Amino acid sequence: MGKGGDKMNQLLLSLITGIFIGAASGYLGTLMLSKRMALTAGPLGHLTLPGIALALIYGFDVSLGAFPFVILGILLIWIFEIKTKLPMEALTAIVFALGVAIAFLFLPIEQAEVALVGDITKVGVYETTITVVLCLLIFFIIKKIYPKMVLINVSEDLAKADKINIKKYNLIYLLTIAIIVALGVKMVGGLLTAALVAIPASASRNLSKNLSQYTFLATFFGAISPSLGILIFKFTNFPAGPLIIIINALIFLISVVFKR
Amino acid sequence: MKKVVLKVKNLNVKLDNEEIIKNLSFEVEEGDVLTILGPNGAGKTVLLKTLLGILPYKGKIEWQKDVRIGYVPQRLPFIKDIPMSVEEFFLLKTALKETKEILKLVGFEEDILNKKLGELSSGQFQRILVAWALTKDPNVLLFDEPTTGIDIGGEKTIYSLLSKLKEEKNLTILLVTHDLSVVFKFSNFVVCLNKCPICQGVPKEVLTPQILYKLYKEEVKFYSHHKHYSWEKEEIK
Repeated sequence: MGKGGDKMNQLLLSLITGIFIGAASGYLGTLMLSKRMALTAGPLGHLTLPGIALALIYGFDVSLGAFPFVILGILLIWIFEIKTKLPMEALTAIVFALGVAIAFLFLPIEQAEVALVGDITKVGVYETTITVVLCLLIFFIIKKIYPKMVLINVSEDLAKADKINIKKYNLIYLLTIAIIVALGVKMVGGLLTAALVAIPASASRNLSKNLSQYTFLATFFGAISPSLGILIFKFTNFPAGPLIIIINALIFLISVVFKR
Repeated sequence: MKKVVLKVKNLNVKLDNEEIIKNLSFEVEEGDVLTILGPNGAGKTVLLKTLLGILPYKGKIEWQKDVRIGYVPQRLPFIKDIPMSVEEFFLLKTALKETKEILKLVGFEEDILNKKLGELSSGQFQRILVAWALTKDPNVLLFDEPTTGIDIGGEKTIYSLLSKLKEEKNLTILLVTHDLSVVFKFSNFVVCLNKCPICQGVPKEVLTPQILYKLYKEEVKFYSHHKHYSWEKEEIK
């Protein structure tokens, strides 16, 4: 295959990766937003920075590097929630600072951009396949737990009265967040992951009358922004991660205009 | 002899090291409408939640074996954060067929199904919560009265509705209120609570002015003078 063909393939792989991660993040974001947890992906993303740095130095997949650190972050959230009554902002501040500080102790500065704002313009076939499989799994799991999670988000008392095992559902839910964040950092880096879940869901909430519209639009917005972002990167050579987020934000602004 | 639906013995509830309910004992028989009466902050909602098994407690709570409880919470402050239609809210718990039957029972037309929850009036929303609690065929209903935010006339309607439902579905009802007129007209047993149990029995017998003074202290004047809607059995039909 010629050089042009390789480029086409690379574009296709990037698009597939981007669309799947974006759509799954958008879908999960609807749950996170209604649980008033949309920003949690922020500190989790920042906390992955040391993992990303290690991956970049030793040349393995950034999502793989990020994953253990997200799990660490989720454990921190759990402990914070159970042991203290500190508000989520406190956690954000602490974890944010810690992640960035540790990463910059040893992150090679020439690779800082990839760590901070991501890069999916060079993903391979193997990475793309794994991403697609994981995203499909996430879709399936979220769909399964969705009704119970909505009820828990509406009122834990009602859910408890209905004999729903809240701890079990929260744990599954947090695990899906962990996987999404680990995948998200590949696309938009450690700094911007919160936007991937928060913005499509927020835009969708502005426009939706019911749950099915809400989840459909969030998934759709989640998928469309990486597609456009990657295409614009192709023509302008601006980094794809920030472009994706900017398009997300534009969609949100448009949704504000048409808010119901 | 009537069946005992609920037996509570020496119930103590402590939250964040504060004693909310002390040494409470009472029994509820099948078909009873029991009111839990007391001023704001007396522990009424806490008692309902404890009975539901949501809060930790010491003492004994024994429900009849085949009990199915429907719970109407005081309010759901976060529900409007989620775009959700009435139909979708019910589908979280039951099937469409039962939803339609129960919505009809509480007096809604079918077009309510597509309404967004956030667009309902507070009175409509409360009826939706009652209907939601009635899915899955409960034999006991726990109803926590909202203290504020129900549109005018709304409260009267809800008690007419509860009374109608009680007859039709043979419900036992436990009801939290601070409202004396509801107690006298609607319930056959009252438990007065202001952290410690103050009194219990048939409302007309136990709710003497002295007891009410003890229960509400200064508040009693306010409640007896300002809340006087005319709830009549005829209005149910």
